[in-house]
Order: sequence, then structure tokens, then C-alpha cells
Amino acid sequence: MEKSFITPSRIARVSALLVILLVIAGVVSILTGTAGIGAARVFRGIVTGWREGHLALDPSERTILFSIRLPRIIFAGIVGAALSTAGVVFQALLRNPLADPYILGVSGGSAVGAIIGILLGAGAVPFGIPALAFLGAVLTVALVFVIGSREGGLDSNTLLLAGVIVNAFFSAVIMFFISTSSSADLHTITFWLMGDMSLADGNKIVLMTLLLAVGSGVVYCYARPLNLIVAGEETAMQLGVDVKSTKIILFFAASLITAVAVAFAGMIGFVGLVIPHMMRMALGTDHRLLIPASFLFGASFMVLADTVARVVFSGMELPVGVITALCGAPYFVYLLRTRRM
Amino acid sequence: MPIVKVTDVDFRYKDIWALRDISFDVRRGEFLGVIGPNGSGKTTLIRVIDGILAPDKGGVSIGGKAIRGMRRRDVARLIAVVPQDSTMIFSFRALEIVLMGRSPHLGMLRFEGESDREIVRRAMEMTDTSSLADRSMDSLSGGERQRVLIARALAQEPEVVLLDEPTAFLDIKHQVEFFGLMKRLNRERGLTVIAVTHDINLAAAYCDRVMLLKEGRIHTLGVPGEVVTETNIREVYETDVLVDANPLNGLPRITVVAS
Repeated sequence: MEKSFITPSRIARVSALLVILLVIAGVVSILTGTAGIGAARVFRGIVTGWREGHLALDPSERTILFSIRLPRIIFAGIVGAALSTAGVVFQALLRNPLADPYILGVSGGSAVGAIIGILLGAGAVPFGIPALAFLGAVLTVALVFVIGSREGGLDSNTLLLAGVIVNAFFSAVIMFFISTSSSADLHTITFWLMGDMSLADGNKIVLMTLLLAVGSGVVYCYARPLNLIVAGEETAMQLGVDVKSTKIILFFAASLITAVAVAFAGMIGFVGLVIPHMMRMALGTDHRLLIPASFLFGASFMVLADTVARVVFSGMELPVGVITALCGAPYFVYLLRTRRM
Repeated sequence: MPIVKVTDVDFRYKDIWALRDISFDVRRGEFLGVIGPNGSGKTTLIRVIDGILAPDKGGVSIGGKAIRGMRRRDVARLIAVVPQDSTMIFSFRALEIVLMGRSPHLGMLRFEGESDREIVRRAMEMTDTSSLADRSMDSLSGGERQRVLIARALAQEPEVVLLDEPTAFLDIKHQVEFFGLMKRLNRERGLTVIAVTHDINLAAAYCDRVMLLKEGRIHTLGVPGEVVTETNIREVYETDVLVDANPLNGLPRITVVAS
């Protein structure tokens, strides 16, 4: 029975393991690419650089490794961590295994914002498209809450239905824009809709890190109340949770986290649905462990998926959403058939 | 001083009165049964006592402290509820469920300490659930699940335990086992219990006093022999029953009269 208790040291051990996995994923990713910079050469360059005070690599190699690949890896990690964490929270709050970060309409709202940005040429302004996508996401969540709130409370089923309706409405708006856009805009829109990692840069990374840290910090503070809410809202009240305010805080924190990912990286599907289930099957339902594990594993998964997207076809890049769904879906089916949910 | 004091409580859902003029006391260490037909206000009464519903008039106090305006956390240190069988979409292990009972005693980012674990261990021993600790809740039988929920209520270390039709989904063996365990905890540990149940015979057999509710009002409140009578049951349930003395213990026993 002793080993079954969730303790800070167990959480630290699992997290350390997943951090190592994330570092390995990052190293594999930085050494993988179409430019063909060999691992041996990079290590030799870094080791001699350590001794002699400068990196013994070509300037072009340095640019590829540290200005192109590294920011993109960090970017992918942030997006993966954000979507997986938000997925855990939405599945728990809505007590629905089908819930994902996009279920309350964040995706539809930010897509409409981004598409309007693309059509208006907001791509020329720094942060133009992400800002509009973020605005779209926030407005949509607010709208869903207004529709979904009843007698001062947030009923999960009403919220779910409100999210479905709002997403359906925005799909129609997106279809309208797509059917009336020029072919150049169409390519940008399609890439955005499928998830695009190619736009990483330092400022974005700093901003995203800050927002993700705030959102995840809030979520983690409510990990134990979240366990009780999963056990049932009435049960949670009987066990001392102020369910109404806890739900509102968590919905907003998870929506913020999702909006960060979607605004900068577009709609990357499946990560926020599958990673929480994988971690729950491996580690159980206690959110004090489940949240950090999903955060870290989601980051590793996304780094590797993006690496595959970069290199699988030489000379062209796939949207990372294609990779996440192509490997996520079969694995999910395998889990469904072999394990109890 | 009574541990539970309910004073002049009225409660209505929109324009339907669910509870009218409810006043009663429960002594420390008492086992009170609440019976009555569907819609008579039994479950509403449980939710009002637990502070989940705020009465339109009157109030509830536990150990002299008024429940109204209290934080949920503080209520949960005074009152534990054993619900009907509950199903969960993501399953927890039995140990995790019992650990949840410590939640009202912990600060936001605090983990359960050694003393909490000891309390949980004892609660699981008392309910004979220690061997189920690592089993997933949805792999347990209905009777085992209810014992785990009793362990959770004990881990809360409350002043009062409320039972909300806890045996509704159990067969006769597990019903007897459940009430037997509650009675033992009541006798040996001085646990105060308020049990809502549909089973009049179980209430008569295990409760010190029984409250009979009709249309949100207290019809009769007293020892089982005073409450469970043919006249009272006919008046409240509008059904003919035969009441005689249980030959084993002399307590009242009802028999349905098949028409």
C-alpha cells in the first residue's frame, strides 16, 4: 500500500524521467534535418568550442542549429506542453473522455481571427496574425461561457453543447472565407489550419513561455480539487471544494493555455486528446502527477512529431498536425482495443 | 447539547415547497433514520443539512456552529456524506478515493502527510477495505464500493455522517452488511449517523429514532415502535401494510399486503 501513495518525491521522479526524455527528443531533433550536419561533427564542434572559447562550427551550421532548429524545437515543446495540459483540464472538468482543448470553440474562434488577419495582410505586422487569433479565441470562450452559464453555475453539458454549436458556426465562416480567397491566401490559410511550426522566433518564445507558465501554474494549484471534481461535482462539494469558483478559474486558465498554442501554431489536432489519455493509463487519474506528466510528455511528443514533419519528405515540409494525427490515431485505437479507459 | 440542530427550515425549488417547518435535534452518537415516499423531501433535507442547498427560512447548526455562510472546506470537516453508488468516467483506485477524505484538512498545495496516511489506513481497516487499496473502483462490486465510500467518510473525521440512500443499489446481503457496519461504527466509535433510506424495515432495525416525512413536513419522529405503525404508513405512503413485531428483536416489521 505504501508505494501507492502519490508523494512529492514520486512526482519528482516521474518528472525527472520525462525531462530526460524531453532532452533526448530535443537533441535528436536538433541533429536531424535536411542540411545533413552530422552528430559527430556537432559534438566535436561543441567540445572544442568548450575548450577554446568559441564554437568550432561554420557560421552557416551555427545558424541552422541555433537560430533555426533550436527555437523551433522550443516552440514545438511549448505548444505540445500547452495542448496536453489544457486537454487534461478539459477532460477532467467536463468529465468527458472525448474532450480536447478545442472543445469549447477556442479553435474555431482563433481560426476565424487568424484568417481575417491573413486576408487583411496582418502577417506584415509583428504578432499581427497571432494577436488576432488570440483575440478570436478569447472572444469565443467568453461567448461560450455566456451561452453555457445557467443560474450562475456552469453546467458541463450545456457548455459542451454551446462549444459544439459555436464551433459549427465558425466552421461555416471558415468555409466561406476559404471558398472566396485567392490561391496564395488559401495556401497560408490551409497551413495555419493544419498547424505550422515554421514561424518560431525568440520574442514569440518568451511571450508564449510567460503565458504558459501563468496558465499552468494556476492549473497545478488546483490539481487536488480537480481530482475531486472528476469524482463528481456533488462529491467535490461534500469534500470541501468550492466547485463553482474552481471550475470558472480552471476553464479560463485552460482556455488561456489553449489560446496561446493556437494563436502561434495554428490548429494542431490530437495531441490534447491523446496525451492525457496515455498518461492517465500509465500513471492513474491523480492530477498532481497527471498534469506535470502530460505537460512534459506532450512537449516531447510534439518535438518529435515536428522533427518528422520537417524531414519526412526532402525538400518540402508537412504541417505537423498531419503527423500528430497520423501517428496519434492508430496508437489511440491500439490503446482503446487493448486497455480499459 | 445536541450535535445537529435543525430549526424551522423551509426550502422550496422555484414555487414547489420541498421542506416545511422542519425542526429536530440529533444527539451525539445517535443513529437517526429518515424515511418517506418519493418526493417527500428526504434528499433535500440531506443537502440542506450539508449546506449545499441554502434554506429559505431557518437554519442548521452542527456542534453549535451555523452551516450557513461557512466555507465548503469547513463544512466538510464537520459533515461527511456517503452517497448512492457513484459512477466515474475516469476511475480512481480505492486508496485514492479514501485519501480524498483528507482533502478538507489539507491546504492548497499540501500533500497528505504521515498522520493523514495513518488515518486513511485506520479507516480502511475499520471498513475491511485495506486489501482493495490498489484496485480500481470500477473493478469492485457494489458492496465493496460502498465500504470504500464509508472509509472515505471516516477519513474525513467528521462530527456527523449523512447517508443518502446508500443501499439503493445493493442486494439484501450487502444492505445488511452495510447497515451492520454503520451500526458497529455508531456503537463502538460514537459516530453520529443520519440515514435516508427507502427501506422501512432496515430503518426500524438499525436506527435509534426514525423520522417519517410526508410532503416536506415531519409526520412523526420517535423510536421505531412509535413511528412504524400501520396507521402512520397508510397515512404517509397511501398503501396498506401489515406491521407486526419482528420475532427476533421485537422491533416493528412491515409486510406488503398484496392486493
